Order: sequence, then C-alpha cells, then structure tokens
Amino acid sequence: MGDPVVLETFWNSAWLSALTAVLGVFFGALICYALIGTKPDGHFRNAINAVSGVLAQFAGVPLAFAYIATMGLNGMVTVFLKESLGIDIYANGTWLYEMPGLILPYLAFQIPLMVIVFLPALEALKPQWAEANATLGGRRSAFWLRIGLPVLAPSLVGSLLLLFANAFSAYATAAALISQGSQIVPLQIRAALASETVLGHENLGGALALGMILTMIVVMSLYSVVERRASRWRR
Amino acid sequence: MTSSADATSAIGPSALTRTIVLSAAGLFLGLPLFALGAFTVRGGLAGGVTLIHWRDLFGGNLGAAAQPLWEGVQNSILLAIVTVAVMLALLVPAMILVRLHLPRMVRVLEFICLIPLTIPAVALVVGLAPVFSVVARIFGSGSWTLAFAYVIITLPYAYRSIQANLVAVDVVTLTEAARSLGASWFSTIKDVILPNLRRGMLAASFISVAVVLGEYAIASLLSRTNLQTALVLVSKRDPYVSNIVVLLSLVLVLILLFALGRIGTRSRRSRS
Repeated sequence: MGDPVVLETFWNSAWLSALTAVLGVFFGALICYALIGTKPDGHFRNAINAVSGVLAQFAGVPLAFAYIATMGLNGMVTVFLKESLGIDIYANGTWLYEMPGLILPYLAFQIPLMVIVFLPALEALKPQWAEANATLGGRRSAFWLRIGLPVLAPSLVGSLLLLFANAFSAYATAAALISQGSQIVPLQIRAALASETVLGHENLGGALALGMILTMIVVMSLYSVVERRASRWRR
Repeated sequence: MTSSADATSAIGPSALTRTIVLSAAGLFLGLPLFALGAFTVRGGLAGGVTLIHWRDLFGGNLGAAAQPLWEGVQNSILLAIVTVAVMLALLVPAMILVRLHLPRMVRVLEFICLIPLTIPAVALVVGLAPVFSVVARIFGSGSWTLAFAYVIITLPYAYRSIQANLVAVDVVTLTEAARSLGASWFSTIKDVILPNLRRGMLAASFISVAVVLGEYAIASLLSRTNLQTALVLVSKRDPYVSNIVVLLSLVLVLILLFALGRIGTRSRRSRS
C-alpha cells in the first residue's frame, strides 16, 4: 500500500474526482437554475430527468465510445478542428487515453448526476420567500445572495461530496477508454485482479479495495452529516 | 397561485438565460452522442454517408467479429429477468413484513439496502471473486449467476422506489381492514397489498433493468460476458456494430427511464 505507485494512483483518483465534482456541481447547478419556472411534473422536466438518468447511471461504457467518436484520433471534433481551423489538439500526444482525457467523459456523467440530485433541492426554495423578498424590495441578486445560496449551501456541499464519491468509484468509462496502464485506483484494482505477475503483491487488490471503501465511508459520512443540515429547510 | 408563480419567475432565469444555458448544456452533452451516431453512418476510407453498417446489423449480415454481441445481449436480458425476479422476491416480502410488524427495523433495513451505494462496484468485486468461485462450483459458471451480485447493486434503487410507494399507501390500515373482514394472511398480501404496491414494484423493476443492462465492472472483472463487456470486446474489432448497439441501448434505457418518470409523476398526482 505504501508503494509510491499506489499512492500516486490514489492521488490521481482524488484530484480527478475533486476536479470533476467541482465543475460538475457548478455546471449542474447552473442547469438546475435555468430550469426554475418549468413545470416540475411536466414532460420537459421528465425528459430532462430521463436523459440525466441515462447519462449519469447507465452510460459508463457508451460515454467512452462516444468520446472516442468525438475526440479520438479520427473523431468528429478532432478532424473538424484540424481541417477547418488548423488546430491539432493532439500535437503533444494523444491525451484522450490518459488522465486528462478522463475529465470530459467524467463531466458527461457528473453534470447529469448533479441535475438529478440538486433539482429536488431547488424545490425547497419556497415561493413565499421569493414573495417576501419582492415585498421587501429585494431583487433577484439579493434573493440569491441573501436567501437562496445560504439555504442551498448544505445541499451544494452535499452534492459536491456525492459527486466526488461517484467519480471516485466510477470504473466503466475509464476501463473502456484506457486499456494500457493503471492511472486511477479502479484500474489499479483491475491490474491487481487480472495479473498474477506482481510477485509478493497477492493481496494488493484487497488492500486497494479497502482503501477505496474507507475513502468512501469518510465521504459518505460527511455527506449524511451535511444532508441532515440540508433537510432542515425541507419541512 | 398566480402570485407565487410570479414570485418564482422573479427569482428564476430570464427566457434568454434559460435558452443559452440549456443550449450550451445540450451541446456539451449532445455532441458526443451525435458524433457516436455520425460514426455509425461513416463511409470509412471512402468517406461519405452510408447506411451499410445498420443494414449489416439488421440483415443478420455480420461477421464473426460481432458474435460475442449476441451472447452479451442474451446474457444481459437473462440477467435482467433473474435479477428483477430475485430482487422482488427478497425485497417486497421483507419490506412489507418490516412495515407491518417490525417498525423498529425500518432503519436497519434501509441502512442495509443503501450500503451498496457506498461500496464501489470495483471494490465489491474484490470481495465477490472468492465468493463466486464457490457459486461457480454449486451453480456452474453460467453468466446468469452474476444476477446474485446484481441484486446487491440494484438494492438501493429498488428499495427507494418501493419505499416511496409503501409510505404513500397506508399499508397498516389496509391490512387491518382486510384482516377484520376475514381475509387470510395470504389473500391480504396477494389481493390487497401487492396490487397497491404495483407502481413501486414496476418502478423498481425498470430501474433495476437499466442498472443491469449498464453494468460493466463486475462482469468484466469476473470474466463473464454481458452486454457491456461484449460491446467493449467487439468495439476493438468492429466499432461500427458496437456503436450502433450502444446507441440502441441508450435509446432503450432512455425510454425505460422516461416511462419511470411518468409512473412517478402519476403517483405523485394521485396522492395530492
């Protein structure tokens, strides 16, 4: 476990999860904000929920394929940028199949997950508060700064933790995209389970899995603490 | 209600902001899927647009490269059926029993059912590997045995779907009414409780099917073939076919989840 390679994969997993969680929370919350005022039970919301559900929970392997078709060496965007604008995104090597390449596909399931978990939280904002704000002469910015954000802050932190946990435990997208090397913990587990060539490391897979579970327990316990605070306004 | 609607629109985005944000999101999330679709009609080296790969797939005109795909599709369908059956058989009686007779166990059952959310599938596999060597000795190493693992990972989703339904109908009163009118326990469950839980059970089944069809980690690390592992395998030899099947599976699951949303909406309306 103290092996520098193992420590590096844990570090890689951590920053990848943290980065995509922060970006996912930001853009996901933005989408939720844009959906305020649409009917909660309407077809549009339902369609958004269904699409988000597919991307967030089902599309591990499909997302890897989709990004290969988009940004692979002969992908649509790669070819378009090269032929029309003369930009070669892979001038410094094909990063899609390495760590940086995971960021965009991960965002493609992190943002939808944020929409799923945060959209119900927005419904906690009571219309009466908006009325009170308007009656007292507050504007939209005042509402969000003084009421919206403080009330939603625990939900936002909770979502951040949930997205971190989600990215940390994701396997399919990375496994389908990266077939060489083990840059993140789940892939390291794959290597440990699939190969018997690492002498003296028979139980490395178990140790890695335990490390993952411990990380998840810490994150999820924090989540349940934050979630209890968040539910205060939902009565 | 108009005043509160006005107030909500006062804190909400302007029509312009909404259009911009949603279009940008649609572009970012939609472009890869569009590229995926565009790839399946690409004419290869000759260029141009062709439907030949689609025709190959539906004409049954596929080479040996696509062979694992049929096996994967069949296995996944079988897995979905077995998983849903085992999940319902375990979870529904347990939840009804706890609801009726052991209210103090509600938290315990909930905790157990939500544990799989905390344990990553990859980590779960490490523990499952030795278990499955025993399972393989008892039931053989057929792919359907994966359903035992899949029941575990679908528990949190299934639990929440059924729990939402269970809370919404007053099971305790229904049972007391049925019992006092002389119904046996069996017919109380069969004729009174289960019909009321139909919606939750349907929702739980839908979400479980979606989870099972999309599962990759456990199947690949236990060296079983299901839809997703077959897709990864085939994509290395015939990416056209695998991408078409990926698109079709995405559409199928989208329809499932959309139907799921309709079920939820209707039950919310009927409650209010």
